[in-house]
Amino acid sequence: MSHAAAAQLAPAATAEAHGLRAWLTTTDHKRIGMLYFYTALSFFLIGGIEALVIRAQLARPNGHLVSAETYNQLFTMHGTTMIFLALMPLSSSFFNFIVPLQIGARDVAFPRLNAFSYWVFLLGGLFMNASWFVGPLFHAGQWNVAPNGGWFGYANLTERQFSPGPNIDFWLLGLQILGVSSLAGGVNFIVTILNMRAPGMKMMRLPTFTWMSLVTQFIIITAFPVLTVGLLFLMFDRFFGAHFYVREAGATPILWQHLFWLFGHPEVYILILPAMGIVSEVLPTFARKPLFGYTVVVYSGILIGFMGWGVWSHHMFSVGLGPIADSVFSATSMLIAVPTGVKVFNWIATLWGGDIRGTTALHFAVGFIAMFIIGGLSGVTHASPPADLQQTDTYYVVAHFHYVLFGGTVLGLFAGVYYWWPKMTGRLFDETLGKWHFWLQLVGMNLAFFPMHLIGLLGMPRRIYTYSPDLGVAGLNLVSTVGAFLIGVSILIFLANLWRTRTHGQRAPNDPWGGATLEWSIPSPPPVYNFSVIPTVANRLPRWKTEHHEPMRDPPATPPAPIHVPPGSWWPLVAALGLPIAALAPLTHTLSLAFVGAALLLVGIYRWAFEPLEG
Amino acid sequence: MLLSRCFPDRHLRILAPVPRCRWSLTPIVLLLLGCGGPFPQSTLHPRSDFARAADTVFTDIFWWAVLVFVVVETVLLFVLVRFRHREGRAAPRPTHGHTLLEIAWTLAPAVILVFVAVPTVRTIFATAGEAPPDALKVQVTGHQWWWEYKYPDLGITTANEMHLPVGKPVQIAITSADVIHSFWAPRLGGKRDAIPGHVNYIALQADAVGDYSGQCAEFCGASHANMGLRVLVDSDAGFAAWVKDQRSPPVAPAKGTPAEQGKAIYSRSACLGCHTIQGVSPGVIGPNLTHVGSRSTIAAGLFPNDSAHLASWIADAPAMKPGAIMTRMKPPLTDAEIAALVAYLASLK
Repeated sequence: MSHAAAAQLAPAATAEAHGLRAWLTTTDHKRIGMLYFYTALSFFLIGGIEALVIRAQLARPNGHLVSAETYNQLFTMHGTTMIFLALMPLSSSFFNFIVPLQIGARDVAFPRLNAFSYWVFLLGGLFMNASWFVGPLFHAGQWNVAPNGGWFGYANLTERQFSPGPNIDFWLLGLQILGVSSLAGGVNFIVTILNMRAPGMKMMRLPTFTWMSLVTQFIIITAFPVLTVGLLFLMFDRFFGAHFYVREAGATPILWQHLFWLFGHPEVYILILPAMGIVSEVLPTFARKPLFGYTVVVYSGILIGFMGWGVWSHHMFSVGLGPIADSVFSATSMLIAVPTGVKVFNWIATLWGGDIRGTTALHFAVGFIAMFIIGGLSGVTHASPPADLQQTDTYYVVAHFHYVLFGGTVLGLFAGVYYWWPKMTGRLFDETLGKWHFWLQLVGMNLAFFPMHLIGLLGMPRRIYTYSPDLGVAGLNLVSTVGAFLIGVSILIFLANLWRTRTHGQRAPNDPWGGATLEWSIPSPPPVYNFSVIPTVANRLPRWKTEHHEPMRDPPATPPAPIHVPPGSWWPLVAALGLPIAALAPLTHTLSLAFVGAALLLVGIYRWAFEPLEG
Repeated sequence: MLLSRCFPDRHLRILAPVPRCRWSLTPIVLLLLGCGGPFPQSTLHPRSDFARAADTVFTDIFWWAVLVFVVVETVLLFVLVRFRHREGRAAPRPTHGHTLLEIAWTLAPAVILVFVAVPTVRTIFATAGEAPPDALKVQVTGHQWWWEYKYPDLGITTANEMHLPVGKPVQIAITSADVIHSFWAPRLGGKRDAIPGHVNYIALQADAVGDYSGQCAEFCGASHANMGLRVLVDSDAGFAAWVKDQRSPPVAPAKGTPAEQGKAIYSRSACLGCHTIQGVSPGVIGPNLTHVGSRSTIAAGLFPNDSAHLASWIADAPAMKPGAIMTRMKPPLTDAEIAALVAYLASLK
């Protein structure tokens, strides 16, 4: 073994490399997890600001804070940003940081592919958001040429004929780039979870969060290709004059809706299942009781993953697919409420008889349950097509999915942040500020989103930049706006807490909460090699004493033998740079950029493939 | 209809012994709002058979949802209070699950969903758009950003304001000339998308004479928010009179009036390329103006049809409705010319 290689061995190399270079070339799943976290948080703030401008515009009837065109860009980018650039990557942050620790691995299966996923995500997000500032380059007469066709981008409105500007190009090229990131991540985590488990970590001993992550990755690698195909058709229509969605050429724009929702509904479960996994970790820890009905919770997660594929047309009841199709999709949509309800009952049963410690993480996890119930129940009302014909495309639906994605996913992810932050950084959040954050957010979200049920039932459609005072919904809209700004305040408190915790947060021991899973058996933050000795797992709750077993012994503080830690690499970043550069080619009608982008990608992958592992 | 052929109604009733609870949600909503409206686009104030059917299904599901909500959230709150951490509490018993409980709480929601699904399916077939053969037919075509209405059996073409007779079956056929829109007059029923190359149907029978507003519900571009519509449900006599007026040719303006001058300006301007006035111009891109003076609003329900608004609209439509393709005239019309045009259009009763 060469001298250079020996330098990469722990414990000699436990002093981690610092500086910009170390972060740009990192392949450590923990660092990539932190990069995902801060990047996704930044996009979450951008999407939040977009939401606040939207709410300011709608605070009164006939609002004119922003123009119709800018408003359409704002709601398009709010949805696209929150789904693809904030919530999915925040989940990815936990997949990255926590899943390898939970299964007792030293890293993911493909660390450099993992780095590639992150860089592609970052660059795709920047590419799409660049559209806010580059109007002059396209002679648009204004700064912002952001996507303006809605996050659902319905053809044929998104065809060149009706959307001639670069707006939709930014959207579809950006989504294609982000799809590459999601697919690479999906493959990576499936292989990681299936192959990198510590000895004895059988599938039915996997922590619930890891299980839900696995289900999510399977949905990602099967659902995203459908979106890719839909977008590819749209690209051909817009750039090469094809007519996949053009009525005059004998095609139908309804094809887009089927492709989009065939991706789009599984996407909902991509967003909610990781949060369900987090809640299934947080509740047992703070109730000091094993998860009630582990097997049922896992299987219902898998079932939701499958059933999520059979419900897409409930987004299309007003399209006129006919009463038989409507009945079938109505029935499947209602059925999916059963495994979802089963999860809720098992969570409550987990708390039953427990010794519930009201930490901030527990507050958020319980908030998830309480709010998700509301979103689930309103979902049943529009699983019924006759009712949905009145509700779809109104604020009632906006209320529904914000209870699911904000009350559900966002609260669930914050539960994860407060729960795992001490593990990730070695510092505990301030609990008082955390509770302020929780209560303001809970009150804010109910003020913001509950009135939207009524606003919708009283006849206000979605995606309108202005509304008439005659509708009688001005007061409700004002309440909603106040609630949205209250959420904004709660997020500011979170940011203050985050900032304060960096330097003043209480030092976290290995296991501040008394958790049952492997990540709590190692130091906080974990050393670069994670486990000094790969643990052998004998049961589902290795660190707890139950009637059947004693707790496992934690790995020793220092590794008894040297541990190989792979060096960093520039090539994932280089390869990732090729994608946005290639995407500039159709956007600017510059063929040479396509060759430059493709060359970067190929050279990056080639060098990465033949890079020596010993650095 | 189709379903009732497959499943005679009495079977359905056996499947669905739901008490027909008809508690309207309206009082609850009013209580929450602290005021009484009016809510011209409220789905909770149905005024047709279609809208009532949707409201009935929604109300049924709503009360089931309230029941589940109250029970589950109450149990959750109870658990949180009852089992909160207290010093000296013994370590909880590590229960892992309970098969009977799991079966019970899998079946309970499934049973509730049967009570929801059966009336749902019945209503899906009842509201599928089938109408008796003698129903009045109206063809709706969505345009960016206005509505075109044709009454094929009556030979009438108009825009944005639809007239229907009260208490008579009506079948509305909906399509689009450009992008996807959605035709929605909430108090008269659910929405159906207007999709280029497809025709969707709504069948309804309005309960009461009135002025029902609605608007496009599918995002359709820059001025989606400005694509309003109105459905005026008339008495039999009122509807007959409206039909008679619409079918008569436009009255030629009297000699020497501003209206006559306006007609001359109209006939030599770009107006005629896009608009139809029977006997004057054949354009089909914009709304038919043959009887524009009889409508109470302009620009798809955005503004009242008065001379001030008409004049500003003719002078600069995109300023009043972002993205409107009716651009400013080149060279611009003078104020006098616009006033004459307004007088002409107003005369087209």
